[in-house]
Amino acid sequence: MASFKKSATTFLSLPVFAVTDQYSRKVFNDLYFQRYKGQSEDRLRYFAQELFEDVIKPAVFPGAYELIDQSRKLGLRQVVITGALDLSVKPLMEHLGITEYVTNRLEFVNGMATGRLLPPVMAAATKASWIRTYTEREGISLSDSYAYTDSMSDLPMLSIVGHPAVINPDMRLRQTALHHDWPILNLK
Amino acid sequence: MALQLRRKTHESVIYIDRDSAPRIMPSGEDFILEDLPIGTRVIYPNPTIKGLPNREAAIRYALNHPLGCDPLFAQLEPGMRVTIAVDDISLPLPPMATPDIRQTILEIVCDMLAGHGVDDVHIIIANSLHRKMTEWEMKRMVGPRIFSDYYPDRYYNHDAEWADGLIKIGETRHKEPLVLNRRCAESDLLIYVNINFVPMDGGHKSVAVGLCDYESLRMHHDPQTIRDSDSYMDPARSALNHKVIKLGKIVDETLNVFHIETAINNRMYGADMDFLLRNEDDFTAFDRMKFEAMRFTMSKLPRAARRKLLHSRPSQYEMTACYAGKTELVHEKIVAKGFEQYAIPIRGQADILITGIPDISPYNVYSILNPLLVQVMALGYHFNFYRNKPLLKTGGVLILHHPCYDDFDHQFHPSYIEFFHRLLPETRDAFTLREKYEREFANNPSYIEMYRRGNAYHGAHPFFMWYWGENGRQHVGHVIAAGAENAHVPAILGWERADNLTEAIAMARSYMGNSAEITMLHQPMIGIADME
Repeated sequence: MASFKKSATTFLSLPVFAVTDQYSRKVFNDLYFQRYKGQSEDRLRYFAQELFEDVIKPAVFPGAYELIDQSRKLGLRQVVITGALDLSVKPLMEHLGITEYVTNRLEFVNGMATGRLLPPVMAAATKASWIRTYTEREGISLSDSYAYTDSMSDLPMLSIVGHPAVINPDMRLRQTALHHDWPILNLK
Repeated sequence: MALQLRRKTHESVIYIDRDSAPRIMPSGEDFILEDLPIGTRVIYPNPTIKGLPNREAAIRYALNHPLGCDPLFAQLEPGMRVTIAVDDISLPLPPMATPDIRQTILEIVCDMLAGHGVDDVHIIIANSLHRKMTEWEMKRMVGPRIFSDYYPDRYYNHDAEWADGLIKIGETRHKEPLVLNRRCAESDLLIYVNINFVPMDGGHKSVAVGLCDYESLRMHHDPQTIRDSDSYMDPARSALNHKVIKLGKIVDETLNVFHIETAINNRMYGADMDFLLRNEDDFTAFDRMKFEAMRFTMSKLPRAARRKLLHSRPSQYEMTACYAGKTELVHEKIVAKGFEQYAIPIRGQADILITGIPDISPYNVYSILNPLLVQVMALGYHFNFYRNKPLLKTGGVLILHHPCYDDFDHQFHPSYIEFFHRLLPETRDAFTLREKYEREFANNPSYIEMYRRGNAYHGAHPFFMWYWGENGRQHVGHVIAAGAENAHVPAILGWERADNLTEAIAMARSYMGNSAEITMLHQPMIGIADME
């Protein structure tokens, strides 16, 4: 019964999440990660591995592997910046062979999630400022860097690199990419 | 004066006099009427050579009576591995009315293969670094029967970026590599199906260029080779052709190629639009009515709709010859047949050359003629349509007529946009562009993915388009873009602009003098100025 109630709540929340995401990725994150409140870290790690095997891994577009291989051949460093949780991102990064990544992290107190994210919260402009700091520290030229996203919320990130590109974009991101003459990739 | 000017040197060459009608010029998706100065020489396409009455019979005859090798049927054995490579739809222009010649040849060849127990057959489009053809285009080109039998597993586009699908078959003595499509290279027999649209098509270029990778292509698609090609439409004087022949020798030593080449006539339009290819002085009242009706209709449509309308009109080319066998023997015959249709004897170079730029080129089928392609049509194709020496004097003025809109197709030409807006404002020097940026674009992961998984031209392709105009750029003194709707596109391309043709001619005369010889290429036309 509890499981049914949780599923029903999640289902009913979907429109709220959709609207919130359109409004602000930060507000979306605050709202969305509240759902993890009270979950134990062990349990989340277990489900994250299952999530990767059953959902994420089969959903990786074939072109994504090619894109990563191509950038490796060029000697580019691959860095993933994502608003997803470290728990679920880690298996994917291991699968893709990417060692440098930055994610959002849940706050845990006594092994239980509080529903809050630890700062810095990776969303929108935060990603761009993280990239700027990272590239300055590593001596990497932003003009020679590439950025890929499928989310409109990553517009600041796309704007600071020399080679931005969008992947399987929605209508709004596609229009933005067309307006700025950015490449539009279909990796399906 | 008028009588002397009217004296005809050739049926395709006329001179404007006091009584002459205004001439029709394409300018992008529009057709304009222009009164040319008295004495202007106007060059029209040659009269159309009649097509072969039974093209299926001609193809079968060629397959059974090849040049320099056994007939196709005699080369077939059950169980052998055969690959058929075909030209992509960058030619002819506009795309042919169905059935396409390629469809006819493929149906005959595939039936023959099946009849001889050859089942391991793949059909590969030799698109090189051109965009991959869409599913709809592939179906239209080969017809429903071949498409349903072979697509998608055994009928597909060549992929110049698929490392596993490529193999190095050799190199020239200058260490220029030749990497080709693996399936083609490892087949017992490679059959190449060609349509020869202009004299630089076909021959060894079909396999050595159409099925190669970027590293192989960049060895001859470079500024110096194009500068040394005088012109690349004249095989005997084309450095590009000479380099490709050297690669072709490697192909002949390594692969068993059975080449099928076809020549077509110049029947670009059907009865509804064929007046565009004729002398305006000979127009009937009906011709004028058709032109005015077309102009009126087009004037009511937005540019995208006009483009769509023009691109939806299939060409009516007919096959005038078909030969098969060893590449060089076949190509020699087909080029000769092509010149029979295209060569127009011309005496005397011009000081000022006028050409309208139509909306279609080999690189924008079903798409936009972006500024870089306007450049390649003007300084590349139209300038290079000569044999022996250029139609335009060294230092002369080239006037092109086109709106020069700053519009690109994001799906087909993504790397063109960056090339035009980022690189050209920095430098127009082809050698600097090649050294500094060509590899960056060629290796850009985004462009590679868009080429491989989408329908984008390869990242390096805009560079080749710029080099394509190199011969013209070095030869011409000034380029004036008449009718350009903005100032920045001509400026980025290094051109001057004029509001209209009259103003452009006045500007050109200020450089070349009031008695300057003016010649106009009556576009759209496929014709080679055979200079005496």
